[in-house]
Formats: sequence, C-alpha cells, structure tokens
Amino acid sequence: MATIAAAPPYTDVRPQAVDNSVWSWLTTVDHKRIGALYLVSALFFFIVGGLEAAVMRAQLMRPNGTVVSAEMFSQLFTMHGTTMVFLAIMPLSAAFFNFLIPLQIGARDVAFPRLNAFSYWVYVLGGLFISFPILFGLAPDGGWFGYAPLSTKAYSPQINMDFWVLGLQILGISSLAAAFNFITTVINMRAPGMSMMRMPIFTWMSFVVQFLVALAFPVITVALVFLQFDRFFGTNFYTIAKGADPLLWQHLFWVFGHPEVYILILPAFGLVSEVLPTFSRKPLFGYPVMVYSGILIGFLGFGVWAHHMFSVGMGPIADAVFSLTTMLIAIPTGVKIFNWIATLWGGQIRFTVAMKFGVALVGMFTMGGISGVMHSSPPADLQQTDTYFVVAHFHYVLFGGSMFGLFAGLYYYFPKFTGRFLSEKIGEWHFWLTLLGMNLTFFPMHFSGLLGMPRRVYQYDAGQGLELFNMMSTMGTLVLMFGTLFLVINLFKSWKGGEPASSNPWGAATLEWTIPSPPPDYNFAELPQVKSRYPLWNMKGGEKLVHETTYAEEKGRHIPTAKELGIVMPNPSIWPLVCAFGLIVMFSGLLFMDTKLMVAIATMLTGSAIWIGSLYKWLLTPLEDHH
Amino acid sequence: MADHAPAAGHAHEEHPTWSTYWKVALFLTIITAVEVSAYYIPAWETSWVYVPSMLIMSAVKFFVVVMYYMHLKYDHKLFRSLFTGPLMVAMLTLIGLLFLFSKLAIKIGLLA
Amino acid sequence: MTATTAPTTAHGDGHSHGDAPHAHGGGHYTSLGLDSRKIAIWTFIGSECMLFASLISTYLIYKGRSPEGPFPHETWTNPMTGEVFKPILNIPVTSASTFVLLMSSLAMVLALAAVQNRHVPKVTTGQKILGSSKLWLWMTCLLGIGFLGCQAYEFTSFIHEGLTIRTNLFGSSFFTLTGFHGAHVTAGVIWLFTLLAIDYKRGLQPEDATIVDIAALYWHFVDVVWIAIFTLVYLIK
Repeated sequence: MATIAAAPPYTDVRPQAVDNSVWSWLTTVDHKRIGALYLVSALFFFIVGGLEAAVMRAQLMRPNGTVVSAEMFSQLFTMHGTTMVFLAIMPLSAAFFNFLIPLQIGARDVAFPRLNAFSYWVYVLGGLFISFPILFGLAPDGGWFGYAPLSTKAYSPQINMDFWVLGLQILGISSLAAAFNFITTVINMRAPGMSMMRMPIFTWMSFVVQFLVALAFPVITVALVFLQFDRFFGTNFYTIAKGADPLLWQHLFWVFGHPEVYILILPAFGLVSEVLPTFSRKPLFGYPVMVYSGILIGFLGFGVWAHHMFSVGMGPIADAVFSLTTMLIAIPTGVKIFNWIATLWGGQIRFTVAMKFGVALVGMFTMGGISGVMHSSPPADLQQTDTYFVVAHFHYVLFGGSMFGLFAGLYYYFPKFTGRFLSEKIGEWHFWLTLLGMNLTFFPMHFSGLLGMPRRVYQYDAGQGLELFNMMSTMGTLVLMFGTLFLVINLFKSWKGGEPASSNPWGAATLEWTIPSPPPDYNFAELPQVKSRYPLWNMKGGEKLVHETTYAEEKGRHIPTAKELGIVMPNPSIWPLVCAFGLIVMFSGLLFMDTKLMVAIATMLTGSAIWIGSLYKWLLTPLEDHH
Repeated sequence: MADHAPAAGHAHEEHPTWSTYWKVALFLTIITAVEVSAYYIPAWETSWVYVPSMLIMSAVKFFVVVMYYMHLKYDHKLFRSLFTGPLMVAMLTLIGLLFLFSKLAIKIGLLA
Repeated sequence: MTATTAPTTAHGDGHSHGDAPHAHGGGHYTSLGLDSRKIAIWTFIGSECMLFASLISTYLIYKGRSPEGPFPHETWTNPMTGEVFKPILNIPVTSASTFVLLMSSLAMVLALAAVQNRHVPKVTTGQKILGSSKLWLWMTCLLGIGFLGCQAYEFTSFIHEGLTIRTNLFGSSFFTLTGFHGAHVTAGVIWLFTLLAIDYKRGLQPEDATIVDIAALYWHFVDVVWIAIFTLVYLIK
C-alpha cells in the first residue's frame, strides 16, 4: 500500500517510507500501482512490436530484400500484429482504466482489487509466453488473425502456432476478468451524485469497451478452442476433408475482431475527450451525443464483421447488408470528430504536447476513417483488400488514432500518476518526429496498395513502381524510432527528475484533479459529493472559473496517511500472481501433447493444482481486516 | 446528512414462496414432457409447426427459469438490462451466422 | 477556496464506511445499494451467453454437413465396411437427465431460501425440511452429479457405438458443445460442495445469502443453457 513515486515531493514531514520493495509490487492490489505495471509492460511490448516492424521495413526497403527469410518475415508480421494489438495497445488502455476509472468516479479502488491484480499478472505472463519463442525462431507465423485451415496442424505442423493459440487464450482470460471488474466498478462504485450522465467521457468510453470485451472475447475463445482441439486432440472443426467450412474460422474470428478494433480506439477517444476540453478551457461540446455515439459504435460494432470478408464470396445479399452497416457506423464516429472540433472552436487553446497529440488524433483518425469508409464498398474493397491500402488504413486509425490518443493521455496524466511533469521540450521532439514519421511511413502505403502490392509479402520485384513508396516507408520508420527514443528518454528523465506537479496543474474539471499528485493510497480522504459534470469548474451563470494549482502553493502540505484517517485499506496478496502462474503452467502443458504425453499431463495437472489451490486461498482470505 | 432512505436496490422485499417454486418446477416438468412427447408424435414431428413449437416451448422454459428462479422478476431493474443486452447480442449473432451459412433463409419475391 | 476543496464532502469524520446509505458487507458505499458480486456474476453470465451462442451456432452450422456418420437422428451405413450405425442420440436417457437438471434448479432455489430464512422459526416438519440448507445443497449437488452421470453414460455409449470427438463434424461439435456444458456443471458442483463445507463448518447465515445467490445464479444459467441445447441438439432433427 503505497504511492507510485518516491515519497510525495511536497511533504516536509516525512511519513513512513513508501514501500517500494519487489514484494510490495508483486502483491499489490492497488489500482494505481497496477496501472503503473500495465504502463511499463505495455511500453516495453510497444518497443518490441516496433522493432519487429523495423526489421520488416528493413527487409522491404528495396526490392528482393535479403535481410530476413520468408519464414522469419512471417513470424515478424504475425508477432508485430499480435504484440501491438494484445500486448501494447490494449494494456496501455488498461493502464488508464486502472489508474483513472476509480479516480474519475470518486472511488477508493475497483470493485475487485485482487481480480484486478490477477488480470495484470495473467497479461504479463501470457505476453512473455507468446513473445519469447521468437528468440528461438519459433514465433507464431500464421498472421495475427491466424486463419484456419492454414493454422491447423495440416498446414502449420510446427509448434509456432501452438504458442499463438494458447497465448491468446491466456490473454483473453486477463481481459475478461478486467471487464467484469470494471463494469461492476462503474455501475456500483460511483460517488454520491455521480449519475451516469455526469461521468467523465473517458470512464464512459471505457465502460462501453468493457462490454465489448465481455461479449467479443468469448467468441474468439470458442474459435481458438476449436483450433486448439483440432491441433491437439484431432477434432475436425477446420478439416475440410471432413466437411468443415473454411469460413467458420473467419466468421468467428471477425465477430470478435471487429469489436476488438473498437476496443482499441474507444479508450483513446475517451482520453482525447478529456484533454481537448481542458486545453480549450471549454466543456466538451455535446456531451450526451458523445456518450450516445460511443454506445452506438459499441453496439453497431457487432454488426459489421463480415466487411473483413468481402472477397470470400458470401454473396450479394450478405455483402450488401454488411456494407450498409459499415457505412452506418461511420456516422456516430464522424459525429465525434465534429464534436471535438466544436470543442476547440472558440476556446482558449493551450498547445501542450498532450493537446498536440489530441488534435493530431482528430486529423489522423479522420484520414484513417476516410480510407476505412472506402473499404465499406465491396466492389472497391475487392481492389483494396489484402493490399497495403488496408495496412495504410489501419495504421492511420491505430497509430494516428489509438497511439496518439494514448500518448495524449500519457502527457496529460503523467503528472497525476507520478507527481512530476513529462518534459514538454523533449515531448515536442517526441511529438513532431512521431507525427512526421507516422505519415512518412504510412501515407505512401495508400499508393503502393492501390498499385497492387500485397500484404504479408517478404519481397517484391523491381519495376512495379513500388520502390519509392517502400523506401519512404522505411525512412519514416527510422524517424518513428527516433521519436520513440525521445519518448523513452522523456520517461526516464521525468520519472524521478521531472518538474514537480500539484494536484491540478492543467486547470482541469474532473474529480481526479482534486486530490494530490500522486494520489495517496486511499485516493479520497472523504467520498466526494458530485453536483455537476465538471466538479472543479464553477458553472454559475455561465462563468467558468478554472483554477490551475501550482506546486508552490501545495508544497509543504501534510497529506494524511490512511491510518491517520482511519481508512481500512485492502491487504496485499500474492495469490493473484500465483493463480496466474498456475494458469500459464496448465496451458503450457499442452505444448508437449504431441511429443511427450506424460510430461503434458503432469504439467497440466500441476498447473491446475496451483491455480485451483491459490484460488481457494484467495477466495477464503478476506480482502480487508475487519475491525 | 446521512440519507437513511430505504435502499431502493435491496431485493428480497418481494419474495417468491415455496408455493411459487414448486409450481414453477411442475410447469417446467410438464413443458418438458410435452416437448419430448412431440418428438414421438410423427404427425407433429414431421409438420412445419414442429420447429417453431419447440423453440417457443424452450423459450418459455428459459423465461420462467430466468424470471423466477434467477429472480429477475423481483430484482433491481439493472439486472434485467445487464442480462437482456448480452442475450440480444448473442441471439442476433447466432441468427446472423445461421443466415451467412445458409441455414436460414428468407424468400423475398424473386430474390432467394 | 482552493480547487481541492471544491467538491463538498458529506462528512468530516473521515470514516470510509457508515457515511452513506446502501452500506453493504464491509460497509462500503455503493452507488446502487447492490452487492458488487451479484453485478459481477450477471456480467459473467452475459459473457457466457456469447460463449454458448458461438458453440451452439457452430453445432447448427455443421448440422447435416458431415459426409460420414454416425449421425444424430439417422441410421448410416459405412459404404466401405458395410457396418450399420444406428442413430446415436438416446432421447429417453437425455430426457431423464434433463428432468434431473431441472429439478436441481428447484433444489438450488430452496437451498438459497433456506439460507435466507435461517432464523425464521420453523414449526411443522414440512417447514423444517424446507428450511434445511444442507439438505437442499446436498440435493442440488446429487442431482447435478446425477446429470453428469447420465452424460458420462451417454458419452461412453456413443464412443462404443462408434462416435468419438474425432470421428466427424457431428462428433467434434457435439462433444465440444456438451462437454463445455458438462464442464460448467462440474465447476458448479465443486462450487456447491464448497458452500456445503462452509455450511458444515460454521453454518451459512443470512449474511452469506449473497455468496449462495451468486452460486445459484450460475447454476440456473447452466440449466437454462441445457434447455437450449436439449431442444436444438436432441429434439430437432
């Protein structure tokens, strides 16, 4: 039970030293610490995924490149996608869910703190499980979407896809547990007066995302179970000779996969919806519409999946239906763009780095949205699908959209998380290099795609007009690497040495800015009583008073400890970690099914014993000491 | 300032009794018996009415268990939304998949 | 007035509980006055709807698409060996197991009621029987095990008659769907036995009603999924 940074910078009175031991981190159930763990792990995997992309770009810089073999290239694009989607973007969003949701709703922690820790440990162990094989050249190589029957034993007999199938199952457990936790938290732990329509937009978008997770992940679980059973137990779900349908995997995967992309973007939208109003000194334009459009995107997102399959021959009616729903979903999305612009309009703009990333998202996501809506027409998509045009589209929305939103959130909330600002100066380098690099890398892909360059090819011949575009993309990647380097430098320098921050340095409106930076372990000394959407902005008679606090005025203030306030904190626990570990061991056992059956069985039994045993210990130990 | 109004969300103010429970159990048994009998009555089993009647009977059993045994009738309205939403998404996905794999079809005029 | 004190607070006493209505086990404030665990289990159940919908969809998609038998409702002769396989499904046995599972839901509901009404004085023998949480938890567990026993009998006889999970699409989708359901029942039985153990150890008090309730909700859901499977797989040809 501790805060994240070293002892809060502004107490002269030194309270008992903050427990920063490894054990305290392994047993933490504090949502703020878990958020920090997610952040660090996700950034690590972001760099891993980026390096995987960099090697691919080195290979594709020139025609008929020889940097890597075709087989290694397959592993690289598979792992790049898998890493970025499941190990970087989702956990970066999770870092914010963890850190922010309880603070924004005025709660002391999430509904189930140990389940929260469990989600993290399952993610990080699962991430390592699925990532380490690349060091041995055994990484999954069937694409991040693992289409069967290619991913079945008949066509992928080696162990590579086993890691993928099992790894994703493991990661799914992490996300599902978190979804149940956050849904319950948002429904049941809002402070008095915080009605649903007074919640900050980030919490709203995250709430919608948790439902998407809860409803979409079971479908990929089933698809993976079928693949797992085919690979390990000889079932026939994807065996064409036994009558299986080659489209079953695709449909099941995309029923998950499309909601997944909204899972990837909505948190970033939420973060931008926090950043833009603060740095425009204006409330978000059209709050109810922003909420309803988020809900509509979530719901409609379940009805568009087959637009990923326009080229498989579903027939004109299916194509038409999904084309229509895909065009429809562009509407609530577009509405958000206009609302953000209207928020900026007439505001007192401060162009901090966070604001720059937020505004850039509006631009970059719009570009990605335009190429997206181009895909919604099946005839046009027949030209675009499986080419680099699609790669351009989704990188604009995922990098220019999700990552930019997450970066905006990072610069905005870093002072709150750690009590120190990220350097604006280094941040400018990070921003401009990233913006330039991102566009230089992905804009040319629209052209190479329309010229017919297919996806997932490790070489292309000269003389097709592709050389210039590929060279530009690779140069762009270099620029991106430098930009990311500045991010890493900024984080390292600012973590302990950044300028100290007060409780509300940006003059923001929502509850998380009412408490010290970093927050004490109990978050709120007293449960806040919420009277409006913007608790810190007095809205009497249209006047908005925005009070930016300064470090000078808060320095020296005593922040009471939980003990002093008589607040009972949850006890740390090792069981979530042990349970997660047992789960991974159990799944790993399956890897030995083909070669050493007794080892497989023994490992699975051991893993089961560990996770079931620790689950009992966990459930039978009360979370808090009763007084 | 503590507001001691009775918690609106506290269920169990209305409580089904033993009488409700065994009646529900009897009802479920009867419907199941009817369903199984239908399977063995060729005139019913081969007619077009069979599948709809089966689906309706199962739906009724489903509804009764959810409303009475799972308490949804008596609980806070939140739980009804929390269950119905996902149930709708699940049903629509199932129906969508059946259409896509040509297990279900609607004949509209000249279009198959 | 600094920004940090702008939101007015209800109490100055600094206690984390007892300062708001809807105080619940542990006394923490909740926005709706509901137990978080109940909200979580319903969310979980919603998620499980999608899980079983996917499994059932696959079964229905693959229905009638196995080029080779055995088949659920028709006889099939193996063209290579001439061996005749009768329709695999056994409606009478499965109808019995369906009835058993339905009755287990009744037992479960009575177990919960018994826990909730533990302190209500019981006069007649009938009331005492109804009021025994241990009895009804035992009944639920035994009926659940009875269902699983029928499933085990069914599965082994199917295997003897030539249908395994690997035989054809029907075998794969059938055993996976019903196997997942059976696994859920098994987990439920283990959960209920744990509650029974607690009941023997210290007695399940009305304050424990929530943990019994969430187990009950899970149990009924598993029953309800079976209602769907029984109709779609067994009764519709």
